[in-house]
Amino acid sequence: MNSAPREPILALEGVRKSYNVGTPVEAEVLHGIDLAIEAGEFAALVGPSGSGKSTLLNIIGLLERPTAGRVRIAGRESTTLDETGLTALRGRTLGFVFQFHHLIPAFTALENVMMPMLIERGRPDAAMRANALDLLREVGLEAAAGKKPAELSGGMQQRVAIARALSMRPPIVLADEPTGNLDTHTADEIFDLLRRFNAAHGIALVVVTHDPRLAARCDRRIELVDGWLVKAAAPPWPAEGPAAR
Amino acid sequence: MPFELIVALRFLREGRMQTALILGGVAIGVAVVVFITGLVQGLQASLVERTLGSQAHIVIRPPEEKTQPVVDRNISDVAARIEARPQRLRSIDQWESLLPAVVRTPGVVAASPMATGAAFAQRGTASKSVAVRGVDPERYRRIVRINEDMVAGEFRLSGTDGVIGVELAKDLGVAVGDRIRIGTPEGREEVITVAGIFDLGNKDLNQRWVFVTLKLAQTLLDLPGGVSTIELTVREIFSADAVAARIERETGLLAESWMTTNAQLLAAMRNQNISTGTIRLFVTLVVALGIASVLVVWVVQKQKEIGILRAMGASRLRIMTVFLLQGGMVALGGSMVGSLIAAGLVRIFARVFVNADGTPMFVPEVGAALVFTTWAVALFTGLLAAALPARRAAQLDPVAAIRLG
Repeated sequence: MNSAPREPILALEGVRKSYNVGTPVEAEVLHGIDLAIEAGEFAALVGPSGSGKSTLLNIIGLLERPTAGRVRIAGRESTTLDETGLTALRGRTLGFVFQFHHLIPAFTALENVMMPMLIERGRPDAAMRANALDLLREVGLEAAAGKKPAELSGGMQQRVAIARALSMRPPIVLADEPTGNLDTHTADEIFDLLRRFNAAHGIALVVVTHDPRLAARCDRRIELVDGWLVKAAAPPWPAEGPAAR
Repeated sequence: MPFELIVALRFLREGRMQTALILGGVAIGVAVVVFITGLVQGLQASLVERTLGSQAHIVIRPPEEKTQPVVDRNISDVAARIEARPQRLRSIDQWESLLPAVVRTPGVVAASPMATGAAFAQRGTASKSVAVRGVDPERYRRIVRINEDMVAGEFRLSGTDGVIGVELAKDLGVAVGDRIRIGTPEGREEVITVAGIFDLGNKDLNQRWVFVTLKLAQTLLDLPGGVSTIELTVREIFSADAVAARIERETGLLAESWMTTNAQLLAAMRNQNISTGTIRLFVTLVVALGIASVLVVWVVQKQKEIGILRAMGASRLRIMTVFLLQGGMVALGGSMVGSLIAAGLVRIFARVFVNADGTPMFVPEVGAALVFTTWAVALFTGLLAAALPARRAAQLDPVAAIRLG
C-alpha cells in the first residue's frame, strides 16, 4: 500500500450525536469523535453494547446525520448535502454488509448483486450482469446465480451480500456484525473473503464485531466506550493510524 | 425496463395472494361500473330510440291565436274575463319559403311538411276517429323510419292511396288493397285504398294515424296549399331543445322538441343517471380503499427491503415511484380483467332478457369510449390510492427499517 501522506478516504471531525434533542430525555451517545480511515485500511470497530458502535457506523454510512461535526467521504463533505445528494453519495461510495444479510427475497442472487448498479444506472444492461457474475464467481457462488436467497444457506447468503456490497466498487465497505449470525467455521470463511477483497481491490473495510478472535485479525482496532473513542494502547494492537503491512 | 418497474413487478409477483385478491377486487369493481353504465346507456338509448321511432325530433306549428284584450287591464273597475280562443286548424304562413331556411338551421338534418287534422275512417257501419297525416313520403321517411315498421304492403302514397296502422286495420277489418272512407269535420270525404299497414309499437298511433299524400290531406282538411306542421330531424338528439329555441327565435313560430314533449322521460333518465353515478362513485371509492389498504400492508411488509434499497442509494422519489407503479398496475390490470367480465355479463344479459320474439330486449352499450374512460379513471384512482402508502414508504428511515428486519 502506498504509505505517502494523502487525504483519508473517510474523515470524521468532532462528530457528536444526540437523540431526542430538545426534550428532557436528550442523550448524547457520541461525544466528539475524530477518526480517519485510510484507503485500503481494514479496521475493526469494537466496543460493548450501548457504546455507540451502531450509531457511529450509521453516521459513517451516511444513514444518519451527526448532531455536530463533519463527515468527509471520498473527498466530499457530506454534512452540507441534502437528502438526495446524501443518498447518491451513499450509493456510489459505500457498500453495506449487515448481520442478517438483508438480501431482497424477491430477487435472485445475481439480481441482488446487480441491485446497487441498477439503482445507480436506472436500467439493467449486459455489463451489469457480467460484473455481477464476476463478483459471484469471486465469492464462489457463480452456480447459485439464479437462486433466490431463501434457497441459500446463511453463509452463502452472506457471501452474496458481500458481492452486492462490492458491486459498485465502493472505496469503503461497512460491515455490521457480518459473521454474528454464523458458525465459527463459516464466520472464518466470510472473514477471509472480506480480507481477500480488501487486499485484491484496495477497499477500506470497517467491521463492527463482538468477536475478539476476528477483531484480532484486523489491521486496526477502533474501540468505542460510552461514546468515546479509546486510543489504542498496548500491543498486540498497532497504534492509531494506517496498519503496517 | 427501469429499476422502479422491475422492483414493482417483482414485489407484485412475490405477494401473489394479495396481488390476486386486490386484482380481483378491482376487476369486480370495474366490471360493475362498466356493466351498469353500459346497461343504463343501452336502456336509455333503447328508450330514446323507441320514443323517437314514431316521433319527429322537433315539430314546428303556427303560433297559437290569442285573444287581444281591448280594455286596459289596469283599470280596476272593469270586471273583465278573457276567454281563451279555440285553436282552429291553420296553415303555417309562408311555409314554402320558410322550409329552406329551417333546413339550413345548424343541427337540422331533414324537414318534412305535414298537413294533419282530425277525421273519421269508415267502412261499412264501423266508424273510427283518426288523425289524417298528409306527408310527402320521401321527406317523411327521413323523419320517421316508417319503412322498418311496415307489416303489410308498403309505405306508398300517391293519388288516393293511404297507409294505416294495424289496430285501425283490425278495427275496420281491412287488409292491403281494401278501401276505407275518410271524412273530415270540414265536410269533405274521400275513399282511399290501403296500400300498406304499419306497426309503430304504440297502440294509440296504430289506431289513429292515417297517412295520405300531402295534397289529399290539404283537400280533406280544407287547407289548400297549406301545412299545419313541419317536422324536423336533428343531428344530435339531445340538442333538439336548443335547435327548437333557435327556430322559434328566428321564425316566430312554435317549435317543440321531443325533449319538451317527453319531459318525464328525460327527468327519469336524469334521475337514473344520478343513481348510477352514485353507484359508480361508491364502487370507485371502495376500489380505491381496497388498493390503498393492500398497499399499506405491502409497505409495512416491505419495510426491510425499502430500507436496504435506500441504503444502497435509491432515493425517496424512486421508492415512492415503485409503490405508485404498483397501485397503477393493480388498477390497470384489474380494469382489463373487469372489462372482460363486463363484456361477458353483457352477452349473458342479451341472452337472458329477450323480447317475445327472441331478440334482445336491449343491448347494454359497452363501447371503447366507456372502457377506456373506465381504465383511465381506475388508473387515476389507483395512483391516488397508492399516493399515501407510497409517501409512507418513501419516508421510512432506512436505519429503522433495516433494524426491524
